[in-house]
Amino acid sequence: MLLKLQNIRKSFGKVEVLKGISLSLERGQILALIGENGAGKSTLMNLLGGVFTPSDGDMQLNGNAYLPDSPIAAQIKGIAFIHQELNLFPNLSIAENLFINQFPIKKLAGFSLIDRRTMRERAVELLRQVGLQIRPEVKVEELSPAQQQLVEIAKALSAHPQIIIFDEPTTSLSRHEANQLFELVFQLKAKGIAMIYISHNLDDVHLLADRIAVLRDGELVKLDVKEAVDIQGMVKAMVGREMSEFFPARKVLPDTKRLLLVENLTAKGFVTALDFHLNRQEVVGFYGLVGAGRSEMARILYGLDRFDTGNIYLNGRLIQKPNPADSIKNRMAFLTEDRREEGLLLGMDIQKNVQLAALSRFSRGIFRRIDRKRAGGQVSDTVQSAKTRYNSVTGQPVSTLSGGNQQKVVLAKWLLTAPELLILDEPTKGIDIGAKREIYGLINQLVEKGSSVLLISSELEELLGLCDRILVMSQGRITASFTKPMFDRNAILEAALHKQSETLPT
Amino acid sequence: MKSKTDSEALKHNPEAGSSNKLIGNLLRNPENTIVYVCLFYYLVMAFIAPGFFTVNNSWNILFNLMPLMIVAVGQTFVMLGAGIDLSVTSVVAMASIIGGYLLSDMTALVEPVWLRMVMGLGAMVLAGGLIGFLNGLAVTRLGMPAFMVTLTTMILFSGTAIWLTRSQNLYLLPENFVNLTYSSLLFVPYPLLIGLIVISAAWFLLNKTLFGEWLLASGMNSKTAYLSGVPVSKTLVKAYVLSGCCAAVASILYTARLETGSPVMGQHILLDVIGAVVIGGTSLFGGVGKIHWTVVGAVFMTLLDNSLNLLGLSYFLIMIVKGLVILLAALLNLMQVRKLT
Repeated sequence: MLLKLQNIRKSFGKVEVLKGISLSLERGQILALIGENGAGKSTLMNLLGGVFTPSDGDMQLNGNAYLPDSPIAAQIKGIAFIHQELNLFPNLSIAENLFINQFPIKKLAGFSLIDRRTMRERAVELLRQVGLQIRPEVKVEELSPAQQQLVEIAKALSAHPQIIIFDEPTTSLSRHEANQLFELVFQLKAKGIAMIYISHNLDDVHLLADRIAVLRDGELVKLDVKEAVDIQGMVKAMVGREMSEFFPARKVLPDTKRLLLVENLTAKGFVTALDFHLNRQEVVGFYGLVGAGRSEMARILYGLDRFDTGNIYLNGRLIQKPNPADSIKNRMAFLTEDRREEGLLLGMDIQKNVQLAALSRFSRGIFRRIDRKRAGGQVSDTVQSAKTRYNSVTGQPVSTLSGGNQQKVVLAKWLLTAPELLILDEPTKGIDIGAKREIYGLINQLVEKGSSVLLISSELEELLGLCDRILVMSQGRITASFTKPMFDRNAILEAALHKQSETLPT
Repeated sequence: MKSKTDSEALKHNPEAGSSNKLIGNLLRNPENTIVYVCLFYYLVMAFIAPGFFTVNNSWNILFNLMPLMIVAVGQTFVMLGAGIDLSVTSVVAMASIIGGYLLSDMTALVEPVWLRMVMGLGAMVLAGGLIGFLNGLAVTRLGMPAFMVTLTTMILFSGTAIWLTRSQNLYLLPENFVNLTYSSLLFVPYPLLIGLIVISAAWFLLNKTLFGEWLLASGMNSKTAYLSGVPVSKTLVKAYVLSGCCAAVASILYTARLETGSPVMGQHILLDVIGAVVIGGTSLFGGVGKIHWTVVGAVFMTLLDNSLNLLGLSYFLIMIVKGLVILLAALLNLMQVRKLT
């Protein structure tokens, strides 16, 4: 047994993200690890890669206790981690990137100098192993994403790893390039290197893996040989949960009156020819992979980013050049993905955070003096209706609140502006189950009171449970549309991966 | 839901004697710490610095304090918005020569002295506001770092002031203006009166108005503020304008006291101004700070300067001590910010 994990647990604060995972891996074996965002895949891999240490449980490598306290320690023990975002220095050469951690050294008159010749020879050998025929002096910025990926693998090989972890290695590759990568993966397997392969693309997973492990909410819900699991089985294991308990039905149906109409919206390099609408009291979900253009679309609608062509109508009125202040006046609200950087004033208390977007409504007279009494009353009402848990509305910085309560503070800020259109970008990212449920309840209440919601989420289950319609985006375009109750998980997942499989080799 | 009421919170904090509470308070509130440090320093100096605890020196301290405090209050607005205004020294100089030119009997542009006063003082404040406006535009529209912009305008306008006057002072200012320092209204000396008005107005703006809230939010996190509909750029421009105006008001006091319009007026106050704000406890990263903290900071800087002079330290030694004190304050400042976020 090469690697053995027993009952691994990991908690961040009070939130337990891994709840007793047991796994094993043998030489030359490929284990696929799948699950929705937030299922705990990255956390588990970061434990192996020495980024975090487990709260409980036992890890063994070659029968010895394995407890890396840093990525370097993991590397020395023979575990290489190839991250989704590549960790290369674009301004340095391939060879320099390969040996950045330990340059070959020669001594000259007492000075340590880099031994360029040895470095070059070893670089050529490593590049040959990954099938990259490029001179090692070439700078990394001149390489294609696929070539950079290979350099990253060559770098991993230089440390003679026993296990290589791949985290979504094909997201920036064309189909042709991906196939070349898979050939390399099989070559490495033949050499006896074990691999853990994380991917959203279930076809790739089925092609590569010997065994498939499915994580959901920090638990290992399925672990079986490839032959015993088909793609439907994987999807079911990934998302299967009692839906009705989690998503109570709304008491209202979408109105036929149109609130938002978007025509041919294009921003070069981000979104292309988007056409869609949103009715009053409707919840429309956007599904897609990271980088599909969903957040970019939301930022354009709210006026944070510019667009090139297209029309946006709100209540039948053309919105010329949207900007946040006008959007708020038009009764829009936007909860962004980045809660800490774009949602909160971390060092300030709940009062200051929640009143911020509605502040001008509380000011009077030529000096725009603020009516503290009225602001205070409305803030406490809103915060309480958002079920936020706190010690004090004033004096306690929001940085001391849990992630879920911080998100409720951001939500309360927007509730206070009484929005007609609420754009939510990953509203439950990094939040525990209980708080998620309360946020779902709040969304339903809001819609029942007359608002419409545009919901971006990478958790398919969330969209299936909350939305009246789901639009799927891939590479900046809307590739499919589904209306309740005709939601088909497989078709939605396929539409999200759609364009990527069809991209021609470049 | 409130999970802990205030009374419960008090139970967890039993009153273990007033001395413990005092120390706890000192540690918790940087504003209080500096107040106590000031009092302690004042008492010690009253004993050891010759001529410190006298009526004459007390007036001296007051007249030194007022203009410094006024510039520092303006600076506080800029630093709350996560910026810095190094150009305040050049504003003092520019306002001083503009005021000197318009007020002086040498030029005597208009006959009635009261009209000259109105014109002169108005133009001084206007000039300060304009320079602040330029700083604000460059920082917000061009996206240049505040440090770079205001360093440039500091050099630019200091140079302009000297070039315009050919390095000459402007004398023969009207009697009424020069007497400003030593006359009073209802027993309150004019410099103190002006200082109190500036503090009150600044306090009102920061604590009671939309502008104040917007400034704090913009300084704490400009992305969140912009997304929440705060006109971040306009707010920051206003902060720079306020800083310019405050420096110009201080220039009125300096010019009246020295009885000349001078192109090198205020050349050496920058360290004291930044020091006052930082010692007061206003965050170096914006978003946290109070007007009265800066007032206390300015008092401390003035006491330090005055007492070290009386102790007979050389100019250079005084600079070294001030530098160290400000460095220490900046360190405490950083620790405070880290605790918050």
